[in-house]
Amino acid sequence: MAAAMPLALLVLLLLGRKGWCLAEPPRDSLREELVITPLPSGDVAATFQFRTRWDSELQREGVSHYRLFPKALGQLISKYSLRELHLSFTQGFWRTRYWGPPFLQAPSGAELWVWFQDTVTDVDKSWKELSNVLSGIFCASLNFIDSTNTDNETLEVNPPPTTTYQDVILGTRKIYAIYDLFDTAMINNSRNLNIQLKWKRPPENEAPPVPFLHAQRYVSGYGLQKGELSTLLYNTHPYRAFPVLLLDTVPWYLRLYVHTLTITSKGKENKPSYIHYQPAQDRLQPHLLEMLIQLPANSVTKVSIQFERALLKWTEYTPDPNHGFYVSPSVLSALVPSVVAAKPVDWEESPLFNSLFPVSDGSNYFVRLYTEPLLVNLPTPDFSMPYNVICLTCTVVAVCYGSFYNLLTRTFHIEEPRTGGLAKRLANLIRRARGVPPL
Amino acid sequence: MPSEVVRGKRAALFFAAVAIVLGLPLWWKTTETYRASLPYSQISGLNALQLRLMVPVTVVFARESVPLDDQEKLPFTVVHEREIPLKYKMKIKCRFQKAYRRALDHEEEALSSGSVQEAEAMLDEPQEQAEGSLTVYVISEHSSLLPQDMMSYIGPKRTAVVRGIMHREAFNIIGRRIVQVAQAMSLTEDVLAAALADHLPEDKWSAEKRRPLKSSLGYEITFSLLNPDPKSHDVHWDIEGAVRRYVQPFLNALSAAGNFSVDSQILYYAMLGVNPRFDSASSSYYLDMHNLPHVINPVESRLGSSAASLYPVLNFLLYVPELAHSPLYIQDKDGAPVATNAFHSPRWGGIMVYNVDSKTYNASVLPVRVKVDMVRVMEVFLAQLRLLFGIAQPQVPPKCLLSGPKSEGLMTWELDRLLWARSVENLATATTTLTSLAQLLGKISNIVIKDDVASEVYRAVAAVQKSAEELASGHLASAFVASQEAVTSSERAFFDPSLLHLLYFPDDQKFAIYIPLFLPMAVPILLSLVKIFLETHKSWKKPEKTD
Repeated sequence: MAAAMPLALLVLLLLGRKGWCLAEPPRDSLREELVITPLPSGDVAATFQFRTRWDSELQREGVSHYRLFPKALGQLISKYSLRELHLSFTQGFWRTRYWGPPFLQAPSGAELWVWFQDTVTDVDKSWKELSNVLSGIFCASLNFIDSTNTDNETLEVNPPPTTTYQDVILGTRKIYAIYDLFDTAMINNSRNLNIQLKWKRPPENEAPPVPFLHAQRYVSGYGLQKGELSTLLYNTHPYRAFPVLLLDTVPWYLRLYVHTLTITSKGKENKPSYIHYQPAQDRLQPHLLEMLIQLPANSVTKVSIQFERALLKWTEYTPDPNHGFYVSPSVLSALVPSVVAAKPVDWEESPLFNSLFPVSDGSNYFVRLYTEPLLVNLPTPDFSMPYNVICLTCTVVAVCYGSFYNLLTRTFHIEEPRTGGLAKRLANLIRRARGVPPL
Repeated sequence: MPSEVVRGKRAALFFAAVAIVLGLPLWWKTTETYRASLPYSQISGLNALQLRLMVPVTVVFARESVPLDDQEKLPFTVVHEREIPLKYKMKIKCRFQKAYRRALDHEEEALSSGSVQEAEAMLDEPQEQAEGSLTVYVISEHSSLLPQDMMSYIGPKRTAVVRGIMHREAFNIIGRRIVQVAQAMSLTEDVLAAALADHLPEDKWSAEKRRPLKSSLGYEITFSLLNPDPKSHDVHWDIEGAVRRYVQPFLNALSAAGNFSVDSQILYYAMLGVNPRFDSASSSYYLDMHNLPHVINPVESRLGSSAASLYPVLNFLLYVPELAHSPLYIQDKDGAPVATNAFHSPRWGGIMVYNVDSKTYNASVLPVRVKVDMVRVMEVFLAQLRLLFGIAQPQVPPKCLLSGPKSEGLMTWELDRLLWARSVENLATATTTLTSLAQLLGKISNIVIKDDVASEVYRAVAAVQKSAEELASGHLASAFVASQEAVTSSERAFFDPSLLHLLYFPDDQKFAIYIPLFLPMAVPILLSLVKIFLETHKSWKKPEKTD
């Protein structure tokens, strides 16, 4: 129960010292932005971005003080020596083909990827503890991200961003209407800002602009033993070819046959310039397949690989095994060239949404895409088998053992006929009905 | 008897023999669970443990404090032991071992100085006294070291001064005074009752018996500044300096009791869940005492759980009320505003309301810059921290002068009292855990007991016994460390996840597996045995009849 404090301050005598140094000006800042975009299909997309930026040395242990930056995440970063932490929770799937490229891509479900500092020696242990702590903080089952569906990335394509562009986004010139909410002329009396968007619906034959890179993935084949996993990569740029890094994480119970890996573009075979394959170990780690594929201009590239489905132990099946098992989306990273040339701008001054597309070269921008997750059926056993085994064993033991026992121990001796008895009377009744002489 | 029948009987008997001699032991051996042996008798012996808490007291007599013939008898040792009446299954006895001796030259010189503070400065030992021990100096009856009407003095470190008496029964009278002073500085019944609050039956709920924090290996202290109205108040607090200046010395003094870590945060737009009422008489807002318990829950979800450590968290909140609800006061049960404008909740932390001075609003454009007076705030928080740890005001004997506080805010013997209370609490917790574990494992016979669980239990039992020995011989520091180890080992053994294997193995599944196999096998054997027995019995009777 709470109680108010009594006047028991006689014990303490603190000397107030004057003239201690003023606190340094805080080094953290918060910026927030909202981008409202009309989509060709008639929907409206609202993208919120909140950025808290703090220049601090978070690695030192001991006393730590937080202002705008959240304390829970700051403590995690200093305790586990993290260099980068990316965590996303997504529901649904962004239809790139119809809505255009999104501002931020994330796979369906939950994704966690982390860069540890060089000082971390046991990465597996730190990873396990970190995923457990995060699942507690966010009330999500991140602790099921364990070694059976995690990989250690070795190749990094993304360079850190240094400049952004103001009026060229995603290769096409776009016009943004930017509202500054700190402007008193804009918001003087009311605290609301109402925006009305009116746009003309494009004529039916004018298709919405197709993004330069999009992908699809599906499973083909019949039956519950074999199958084929295919990924289609579409490069719709009219004249430029560009490389794409494809990362596939396939669970161990779909046994991939790498000798059946075929990559075809425009009907001809396409040899990737870099392949990294780490085979799966049963119940320990998944398959990791990473390839750098050059996509020719205006083409469809098909990457397909055949697999066999494994039979799991009967305690490893989920309560609803006929629903299927999920396969994580594959990750595509690419440097996509843009059509129009652009000029770099200092990214502190420009609006935040430019920082969503970090760029490296003069006319390329970096894109990360995720395909859809797949649902694959595995052969399920007959779960009533243990009961059947018990019945069968019981029958076999009773019949065989019983007969054997009888053979060894039964003896025959003459029995004197007895008169009377219920069985004899019943038998005579039946004999009389049949017309046979009685016993 | 025809040979057929004999052969049949022999075959049946052999079947039965093989089934019982070979089959039964094989089945038993292959289906037993691995259970390492545990010291059940030692664990049940722990419940009847007699704790003897020894406080070594050194009593130094100055030259004219007692009559001469009594001075001749020095040095010798007197023991004063009494049982602490608590309704607890462990008996606790408190033993003061007083070693009387004469004063040395430099001590005589120090005791004849003008004031007690000077005497203490001169008596300052080069090395610190051991934890738990006390030194009492007996001065002459008319000495001017203490004020005239004061009979005794309790110092900030482990020393005390008592007036002597020129009387026949000098040693007895002085002995009683010394025991009173020593009890105030070390162990009394309420200290132990508060420590064992979780283990004693709660007969009546008393507002004064606030429960102190549970004993733990360490604590995390979080200071949070809540600013619900950033548009009106731009609040700045130099928390780093305040922690370095005021909190860190206090925690360094407490470092024997556990590991401490401190952090702080600022939360914006965090409201209290309660609407304060307006008091037109003083044109201020107030929070009634009945509303205070409802304040904590809505705020706690914003405070953020501790991600980095497993230690319990103590939250200290500083709330700057909104402009619309300023000034805000907390009223106690009589309706008067509390002087410190703060309250605390046992085992959770404390909240203080900081009202912005109305002068800062004059002719200023919003938001006004508020600089928090950290001295006022830290005074309150440190006092609340002392109360949360259970370091309460001691019961000083009458006519006793209590010295002023040290600059860290904690007297050395207050730390000793905390360590005594914590050691007893740890031993009680460890004993309860081990007893429950032993009962559980004895009752449910198919829990697997692995070797490391067994070794933890052995280690916990050994640590409890060692801690009790150290307490009986007066070594407080090592007793405390051993008691912490006992609690850690016993909790580790109790919460080991391997104890859950085979726990939920239902009986009907066991029967469903065994009956189809064993029933068809056993029934013919049993029937044959019964038939053989009946026939043998009949054949024994027949020879009697024919004879």
